[in-house]
Amino acid sequence: MPAAPWPSPPTAALGAEPGFVVRLEQFSGPLDLLLHLLREEQIDIADIPVARIADQFLEAIHELGLNQAADYLEMAGRLLRLKAQLLLPRRDGEEGWEDPRSELVRRLLEYQQIKEMARWLERAADRRALQYARGYLPAPPELPPPPPVLDLLELLRTVERVIAEIPQPVLHRVVPRPLDTEGALRRLEALLAERERFSWVEALGPRPTIVEVLSTLLAALELARRGFCRLAQPAPFEPLFITREAPRPDAAPAASEEPTTHVPQAPGPAH
Amino acid sequence: MSLKPLAQLIEAALFAANRPVTLEELQTLDGEATAADVRAALEELREHYDFDGHAVELVELAGGYQVLTRRAFAEAIERAQLAVRTPRLTAAALETLAVIAYRQPVGRAEIEEIRGVSAGGVLRTLQERGLIEVVGRSEGMGRPLLYGTTPLFLELLGLGDLGELPRAEEFSVALQPARPLAADADEAAASVPAES
Repeated sequence: MPAAPWPSPPTAALGAEPGFVVRLEQFSGPLDLLLHLLREEQIDIADIPVARIADQFLEAIHELGLNQAADYLEMAGRLLRLKAQLLLPRRDGEEGWEDPRSELVRRLLEYQQIKEMARWLERAADRRALQYARGYLPAPPELPPPPPVLDLLELLRTVERVIAEIPQPVLHRVVPRPLDTEGALRRLEALLAERERFSWVEALGPRPTIVEVLSTLLAALELARRGFCRLAQPAPFEPLFITREAPRPDAAPAASEEPTTHVPQAPGPAH
Repeated sequence: MSLKPLAQLIEAALFAANRPVTLEELQTLDGEATAADVRAALEELREHYDFDGHAVELVELAGGYQVLTRRAFAEAIERAQLAVRTPRLTAAALETLAVIAYRQPVGRAEIEEIRGVSAGGVLRTLQERGLIEVVGRSEGMGRPLLYGTTPLFLELLGLGDLGELPRAEEFSVALQPARPLAADADEAAASVPAES
């Protein structure tokens, strides 16, 4: 904990006076406390000995542990400033000199009137509280709603019903691209039957889609794997050349197989 | 002496409603009845309760009429724990209500200025209890909320309407008449070098 910038009083009061909130309720605010002090000293509100009252106010908020409350501290500051203002010399008989206390006096009188009104309201409420309506219930808006009474079975049924009513989440379905490897295979085989060597671009249509390009590449790779052709690319990014090759004797049985059974729709697993 | 039919009808309605019922609402009980008829019947009911030794009375409350038990029986009723007295309001709540009742519509800043303490918590409590409500916004900076009292406030205090509150001048402490502003206020301020 960092060292307190002040000597002990505020912290000590906080620690030693845990009940300060309760004590705060004795007074409904700094004006209330101030009025209380004035009454105790039987002081005329219009002629407050500010210096004395300011000291007593400070003493009171320390004793009551109220020195934590900002509202009280603000009033304490106000009083100290008034005290200082009154200590300053002023020319005698100065005309139009305004008593610096007048604002405080105005506020005190205003507050005192509010307090009397509050007392009147309190008496009225007390009188009213002596009369009961039929089946009187105390202060219904204050009551929290009672906890619902339910048995476990009902609760579980409700949970099930709620779960059942949860709509099925709409999932995005991933559709495999319709790679036409078989078609590409047939096209390549037809071309291979006619020509010894050709660029694979010729195996593509006039405006190949990406799917067609992929299908053709896969078909070419498949044919090369089976030994029907050789693939060669002279340099990176140059067109691929497909050259016919006589099927090797050991590859012959594989070649006799139905090619479609080997070629999956989608890019298949590596053999 | 037995009640006339309209007075009986009103008695039944007030018994059933269990809240202050307005004159207009009572008039809907009988399509034939005029406001004057209802008023006369209410008077008949009031006299019936007052002079025939009844334990309840007809009370004008929050702009309506309600039947309540007489005060004399409160203690016995509470002792027998047949009903609970409405919880009393705190001093802070009463003071805040007083400011609002007499200055409404009034904003939080003015309430805090008069009471010298922050009012947020009390205002929230009073609003939750339904005793005050937001009645508008000030034109001032930030357009702060303005508060006013509710019918429930009148019910709680046993008032028919706000006009039954004593006038502010009737309270013994009158505001001091504003003194004319000092002509040399500037000079006075200047003579305080430490001022802010």
